[in-house]
Amino acid sequence: MEDDAPVIYGLEFQARALTSQTAESDAIRFLVGTQSLKFDNQIHIIDFDDENNIISKSVLQHEAGEIWHISASPADKAVLTTCYNINWSFGALGVQNASESRVVTSSAVWRMPPEWESGSHESPDDPHNSHNPQSLDLLCHLDNSAHGNASCVLWEPMGDGKRVISLADNHALLWDLTESSTQATISSSATLEGKGQLKFTSGKWSPHHNCTQLATANDTAIRGWDLRTMKQIYCIENAHGQLVRDLDFNPNKQYYLASCGDDCKVKFWDVRNISEPVKTLEEHSHWVWSVRYNHSHDQLVLTGSSDSRVILSNMVSISSEPFGHLVDDDDLSDGEDNHNDEKTKEPLQDSIISMYEEHEDSVYAIEWSSADPWLFASLSYDGRLVINRVPRALKYRILL
Amino acid sequence: MDGDVSNADTTPPDSDPARKRRVHGMLKLYYGLNEEGKTVDQAESLDPCDINGPHFDPEVYLNKLRRECSLGELMDQESCMVKQIRSLDSDMQTLVYENYNKFISATDTIRKMKNDFKKMEDEMDCLTTNMAAITVFSARISGTLQDQHAQITKLSGVHTLLRKLQFLFELPARLNKCLELQAYAQAVTSHRRARCVLQQYSHMPSFRGIQDDCHAIMDKLAQELRQKFRDGGSSAKDLSECVELLLQLDEPAEELCDKFLTHARSRLEADLLGLEAELRPVLSIGPTSVVVPSTGPAGRLSATPTAGSPIDPTSPGNPFLSPSSRTDILEFIDRGCNEFVSSLCLVIASYQELFVNRPQESNLAYKNIPQMAVGKLHAFVDSLAARYFSLVERRIQEEKSVGDNSLLVRALDRFHRRLQAVAKLLPGSAVPSQGTEIVVRAARERVKQYLAALQSFYLDSLTDVRQALAAPRLGGSSAGGGSHLGVPAAGKDALASLPELLSSLSASILNQIKTVLASVHLFTAKDITFSNKPYFKGEFCSQGVRESLVVNFIKFVCQSSRQFCESAVDRGGSTPPALLLLLSRLCLDYETSTISYILTLTDEQFLVQHHSPVTAVTALCGEAREAAQKLLNHYVKVQGLIISQMLRKSVETRDWVNTIEPRNVRAVMKRVVEDTTSIDVQVGLLYEEGVRKAHSSDSSKRTFSVYSSSRQQSRYTPSYTPSAPMDTNLMSNIHKLFSERIDIFSPVEFNKVSVLTGIIKISLKTFLECVRLRTFGRYGLQQIQVDCHYLQMYLWRFVSDENLVHFLLDEIVGSTAHRCLDPAPMEQSVIEVICERG
Repeated sequence: MEDDAPVIYGLEFQARALTSQTAESDAIRFLVGTQSLKFDNQIHIIDFDDENNIISKSVLQHEAGEIWHISASPADKAVLTTCYNINWSFGALGVQNASESRVVTSSAVWRMPPEWESGSHESPDDPHNSHNPQSLDLLCHLDNSAHGNASCVLWEPMGDGKRVISLADNHALLWDLTESSTQATISSSATLEGKGQLKFTSGKWSPHHNCTQLATANDTAIRGWDLRTMKQIYCIENAHGQLVRDLDFNPNKQYYLASCGDDCKVKFWDVRNISEPVKTLEEHSHWVWSVRYNHSHDQLVLTGSSDSRVILSNMVSISSEPFGHLVDDDDLSDGEDNHNDEKTKEPLQDSIISMYEEHEDSVYAIEWSSADPWLFASLSYDGRLVINRVPRALKYRILL
Repeated sequence: MDGDVSNADTTPPDSDPARKRRVHGMLKLYYGLNEEGKTVDQAESLDPCDINGPHFDPEVYLNKLRRECSLGELMDQESCMVKQIRSLDSDMQTLVYENYNKFISATDTIRKMKNDFKKMEDEMDCLTTNMAAITVFSARISGTLQDQHAQITKLSGVHTLLRKLQFLFELPARLNKCLELQAYAQAVTSHRRARCVLQQYSHMPSFRGIQDDCHAIMDKLAQELRQKFRDGGSSAKDLSECVELLLQLDEPAEELCDKFLTHARSRLEADLLGLEAELRPVLSIGPTSVVVPSTGPAGRLSATPTAGSPIDPTSPGNPFLSPSSRTDILEFIDRGCNEFVSSLCLVIASYQELFVNRPQESNLAYKNIPQMAVGKLHAFVDSLAARYFSLVERRIQEEKSVGDNSLLVRALDRFHRRLQAVAKLLPGSAVPSQGTEIVVRAARERVKQYLAALQSFYLDSLTDVRQALAAPRLGGSSAGGGSHLGVPAAGKDALASLPELLSSLSASILNQIKTVLASVHLFTAKDITFSNKPYFKGEFCSQGVRESLVVNFIKFVCQSSRQFCESAVDRGGSTPPALLLLLSRLCLDYETSTISYILTLTDEQFLVQHHSPVTAVTALCGEAREAAQKLLNHYVKVQGLIISQMLRKSVETRDWVNTIEPRNVRAVMKRVVEDTTSIDVQVGLLYEEGVRKAHSSDSSKRTFSVYSSSRQQSRYTPSYTPSAPMDTNLMSNIHKLFSERIDIFSPVEFNKVSVLTGIIKISLKTFLECVRLRTFGRYGLQQIQVDCHYLQMYLWRFVSDENLVHFLLDEIVGSTAHRCLDPAPMEQSVIEVICERG
């Protein structure tokens, strides 16, 4: 029905950073951070009303700089981190030969102003409500100027919002936050040593093993770290032919990891046997920037690429439910149980479910909603946010 | 009258017909109508006007005539009738006369006969009396002679008996004498004659004595015969005589067979050992010179692998050189045939002569001999043949060099031919079929070896090509210090040879295939005995040569080509791109012509009748095309990657915020253009130009400014109007109208323009993405502007649609402007000046 049609929202700035509000489990809410060098940057809070298919938004000012990465606390709805550029310019811009400006990427923890929440709840339908945007309150800097440019900040998955990891150049820093998140101290750190200028491009905190593992990507390698000792536990050299852009852990299978990169491929790894990928997808026609497992149904894998496409794949064979959903006894009492049985017996194949082509520019970020497992958002560089759903037929097939 | 009927029926058909007719007439009279004559009578009687019919009614006839005919006709009819009547009258008269004459002459004859018979009766009476007289005389004579006759008979009986007795009494002496003279045959005959009698009268002491003596002598004789038989040195004729005699002496035939065969076996095994000895020296002669003690089964077992080692798959070109071997296979087989097979045939023949084909005597004891003997012979031949075969197979397996197939084929042919003799001698034997199997196995093995040889040849020629590609390049790069800028000439030399390399590669492969086909073809030549076996007529051609040799080789070519794509993707491309290009063209050529040519050639040479399903030409062509496509895509990817890496490095390593005002085009861009040009040349050598969209007249001069596209401008307006979803939809539609989606890593077509378009797309897209990750100062932007204009000037000519380059470069400059802290674009005229300065 029309429900399946994508909902498109346009930002007036270019944007790369997208996250779902992890702590929010009722409303479908995404946070988008903009990139603009000339104007104040913003964080758009996008609420999606599933019933009425309506998007409502609020805007918060992020004056510190253009946002490269954004991440929401898993414990507190109002808390988030960003990685942003600060342009230090010593001397006047525009004066020739005197430009001493420097671009540094930093990261910080922020709190959304409380008024926003009340305001949004009072009049969610009015898009013109946010004319005078409020600013984020700075809680603390994840001050890592000594360690170089931050590339991303990761919250402890399903944690209490007290621990974050920031990746800066070749350092991985584990921070402890105070109760109010107003202060952050480095509890441990790891440094990637090697020839040349090594730089973490991306990372993911594993939700498994009691949250003691981290996976990072630098150049063509994927590394696993033990956070207790801050030592490397595995390293997949040449995981991709070119740069590795993103990683994600299978939320249900502890050793499974998905990665994507500039060789246009998406690879699935079993970290116990890193010599060969378990599976490789080669559907995109340009670099793959982002890969995400669905939080509840790990056969659904979402990838976004600079060929402007978003692809939703059904990787049944390597999911935690390779034989389809197991029918519970309760379901069997249902009148349609025979029908269900037939459905589950159908062999499921790995397949591309659909290719979303609503974007006109490179898609740098994709994210599943934390509230509705059948819904996801993708963000392209031109500032277009598209909200899509898993096709209904597939949804029922997985559920029934 | 009934009696008459039966008479008439029983009368034989050749009896007097006149009489029969008369009887008929009478019957007809009586019954009116006879059963059998009914139809005829009816047909006759129906018409009363039929003048010849029995029911002719003159009145009716006359009336009819009068009614129907004219006067003239009546006159004619009348005259005609008169004429007929007259002729009938005269006929009748003649008949009557004739009959009368015959009757008179018959009467005369009967009268004469009466006289003759009377005379004969008298003579017969006379004869009877004479005969009676003779009988009387004869009885009288026999009566007188009877006594003497009985006496004579008795006397002659006594005489015979006496002679027999004398023979018996003389027998021992005679036998002894025979023994002395070695006239065994005579002795045996004599003894046989006496044996029964002696047996019968053995209860009498004198006869007993004789019998015992005879037995003793005969035992001795048998002993001697056996000895002679055992000695073995005697000729076949002697042997057979021995056997014959022994058989007559009631020696058990089975034992004799066994003895004969063991004797033959020892001689044949000597032949086999001689053959085996020829196999053995391989160990010490093997080029690897692993000195293994050549005795013992262990040493023999290792013979095959050692022999295999000379053909090292890594040594190029070797498979087609014959390794030096002390005796070639033909000699070996010859020797085997001449020594072993021929003596085997002799043995079989003489054995059959002795035991199987003996004239069947009534003696019951001999009845079962042939069956038994044939069974033994089969077992004997089988066991020896098995050993022979294993030796031959070992020798064949050593024949690994694929250089000269004719030798092997001739050897196999001889081997097979000689076995036919055995087949003729021993019809039920499994030996010939086993021999055929060995030939079939050898042929199969041969096909496999040829496939392996072809494959290694292919890989070797690829290595050669690789070296040919690398050699001039190495020289060039050493001169130019790693930079391609200074060595376009050297590069061109390498490139110019591409088509020659391709043609020489494909020609040499084709030649090799042809050579191999010709070699394999020997197996099916007409003068080869086994070529008319069903295997060589059907399966060998279709499954063996076509499928497992030719088709597999083509598949191997495709597959190994594809492997170049797969292995090199992740490991950074160790394959030189030119090789990829060359292989892609090779596969494409295969698809268009070579495959069908090769297969047609094969089919023609081997007259393949496809009993079993075979791989279709189209399937192979599809595979080749797929491989070609993959290789070309990979080529584009690799080349695109090389240029991309240059661009990426150049963007990533520079501090774009604090750069100086651009004065030159960056060297990287020049290098990009140069590399693209050389790629263009390279591809142009192997692929056609392809179609491109019409150029605008001044493509290189096209001005493009940072804010040229209106959509960028509109999005850039510093209005804070919140964007509603509707608004962006409209925007996106405009956007869609403006440009089509570009697939960056999309499959390319088999032409130069498409390949170049692919490479440039990949490069420029990388440029775009890298730019978006950086922040620029004013001069950074201006440098990018200059660079893009430079690329614009040179790259448009390579691609199918110049708008693509325009679009991507616009995007790059636009994105740079977005990422610029102080977007103050450079004057277009200045840019042009800088670019033209180079």
